[in-house]
Amino acid sequence: MKIVMAHGSGGNATRELIKDLFHKYLANDYLDKMEDSAILPVSEYPLAMTTDSFVVTPLEFPGGDIGKLAVCGTVNDLWMAGAEPQYLTAGFILEEGLDMDLLDRVVASLSRTAKEAGIKIVAGDTKVVQGNGGLYINTAGLGFRKSGRNIGTDVIREGDALIVSGDLGNHHACIMSQRMEIINSIQSDCANLGPMVEDLLQAGIEVRAMRDITRGGLGTVLNEIAEASNHAVEIEEKRIPVDPEVKSFCDILGLDPLYMANEGKFLCITAQEHAERALNILKQNSLGTKARLIGSVAETGRPLVTVKTRLGGKRVIDVLYGEGLPRIC
Amino acid sequence: MNLDKILKELAGDHQELKIMEVCGTHTSSIFKNGIRSLLSPEIRLISGPGCPVCVTPASYIDKAIEWALTPNCVLLTFGDMMKVPGSEKSLSEAKADGARVEIMYSPQEALKKAAANPELTYVIACVGFETTIPSYALVIEQTERSGLTNIKFLTALRKVMPALDFICATDNEISAFIAPGHVSTILGSQAYADLAEQYMKPFAVAGFEGEHILIAIYDLVKQVENHKHEVHNLYPSVVKPEGNAVALAYISNYFESGPAFWRGIGVIEDSGLYLNQKYRKYDAGSADLAGDAAQKTTNCRCGEVILGKINPDECPMFGKACTPAKAQGPCMVSSEGTCGIWFRFTKK
Repeated sequence: MKIVMAHGSGGNATRELIKDLFHKYLANDYLDKMEDSAILPVSEYPLAMTTDSFVVTPLEFPGGDIGKLAVCGTVNDLWMAGAEPQYLTAGFILEEGLDMDLLDRVVASLSRTAKEAGIKIVAGDTKVVQGNGGLYINTAGLGFRKSGRNIGTDVIREGDALIVSGDLGNHHACIMSQRMEIINSIQSDCANLGPMVEDLLQAGIEVRAMRDITRGGLGTVLNEIAEASNHAVEIEEKRIPVDPEVKSFCDILGLDPLYMANEGKFLCITAQEHAERALNILKQNSLGTKARLIGSVAETGRPLVTVKTRLGGKRVIDVLYGEGLPRIC
Repeated sequence: MNLDKILKELAGDHQELKIMEVCGTHTSSIFKNGIRSLLSPEIRLISGPGCPVCVTPASYIDKAIEWALTPNCVLLTFGDMMKVPGSEKSLSEAKADGARVEIMYSPQEALKKAAANPELTYVIACVGFETTIPSYALVIEQTERSGLTNIKFLTALRKVMPALDFICATDNEISAFIAPGHVSTILGSQAYADLAEQYMKPFAVAGFEGEHILIAIYDLVKQVENHKHEVHNLYPSVVKPEGNAVALAYISNYFESGPAFWRGIGVIEDSGLYLNQKYRKYDAGSADLAGDAAQKTTNCRCGEVILGKINPDECPMFGKACTPAKAQGPCMVSSEGTCGIWFRFTKK
């Protein structure tokens, strides 16, 4: 069965879609009231709020799908501010012709991932547009910063350590392999980073700032950190973790893992004296076994990112320009 | 000789010399590995014309846009062509204005699309040097075999050897060449022997790792200092002296040589490849683009950059009017383009 325009009419077909599919997976006390707004309890903690839209193709890929991605992406954005995710909204834009079984699997995955992340879906929306069977999801997330920590680029200091939580580029390489119909075993790293962040905060690690390394990759994130904090950042190429299969894939297509998107990796900036302990904590988590200390924050007043190459040379890392598409030759 | 020794020697005193890396992927690797920072200032690396996107003329982009605006036609292109400026606009700008342009990851995609949508004509933008040309020939073969009549080929295919000959004949300042690695897998290392002999310039065929390039530079420095001009294949695991006979046969079966316009340089005789008589029925008007009447005169100095006469930052537009976000010249567009590489890796 396929999605047709009537599913977005607001009439009988819409009601059936909501009852038979969305309610089946997403039901909870807030959503079941079917009010125009969810009324949420007051909290003593500062609020963190974020939103993101998910437009990935293919909709299902090794290691995840758009539903899992929609929850992890938003939940991770909250964790990066040191906020524990609490509530999520989900807006679905369905293209006419979308396979109903595929939508069922995506909503089931979204629901499962939300439960695992301990976040409640409190409001939702569905629209149907003309198209070719595509699906887009927008999520907004609300969280509480229970740690009381001031985490952000404004507290970064000269000498702070830079740690990445694992191999870079897997999500991007996986999606590209699927689009190009290249057979390999590369899986997306799509994951909830919450448990790793919680472990760091509960252990009392002096976390200055965190960023999930999504679009634009590590190169872009480092530049954002440098500009926001007005510090130079220095990393070492040989310390940057990249899976050998992803590296080969990048070499063939002329792509740079430094600029490739991830959906389950983050950059953590800690006080230098806490770096070793932070690294050990991350490595104990199954998602952080490849965590590496990649460099440090250098002089102030100069927002420049440089890398010491394997050969001992030095070069600048700028933000990603354009789309990071495979080269011609 | 181990790498530490090579690094030490290359950082020491030398006579002044200019080495051209012809291939854009070599340029990219040189910057990625910070190789310039490891060399004595006397050893200058010059980036050559080895990015096919950079040398594609404006009239080609105009023609591609014309097809993309033709009813029931779809233009298929590799992503790095999207921002190359035509005489009025780029493919990316034309797409935003409603032209039907789709990014492909492989020209093979056209076969599936054309079979699924017989009411549409798919025009493949075929840009590249000898490395990619056999893959286009393969798609022509498959098109012919499948009986599909809704695929066309808009070609801007270029041969590297005539361009190298042109550089050697017009510029005596280049002391030595790092031969283009990808192209050498097809042409073979011996393809450079005549040029090396005629112009008394040494060539080294190198792989793309930083170590490969350093070894090639060392080899060329030693050849120049010892007044030698030989062709050394330093990438024998991939490049054979005779090249790839199957790929070369594909090229000669489907294409014939003719004059071609290289953006920034002008017309180089015998440097273009066009569909031959037997397969010309698939051509989308490529042969008419041998000149470039559409080329606008601007302050862009990409031509001098790809001939190694100036460094990108000597162009008055570099990093100001011309950036990767708003490229004025083609060398700033592609990830393999000299200006784009300089911009990304030399931010101060």
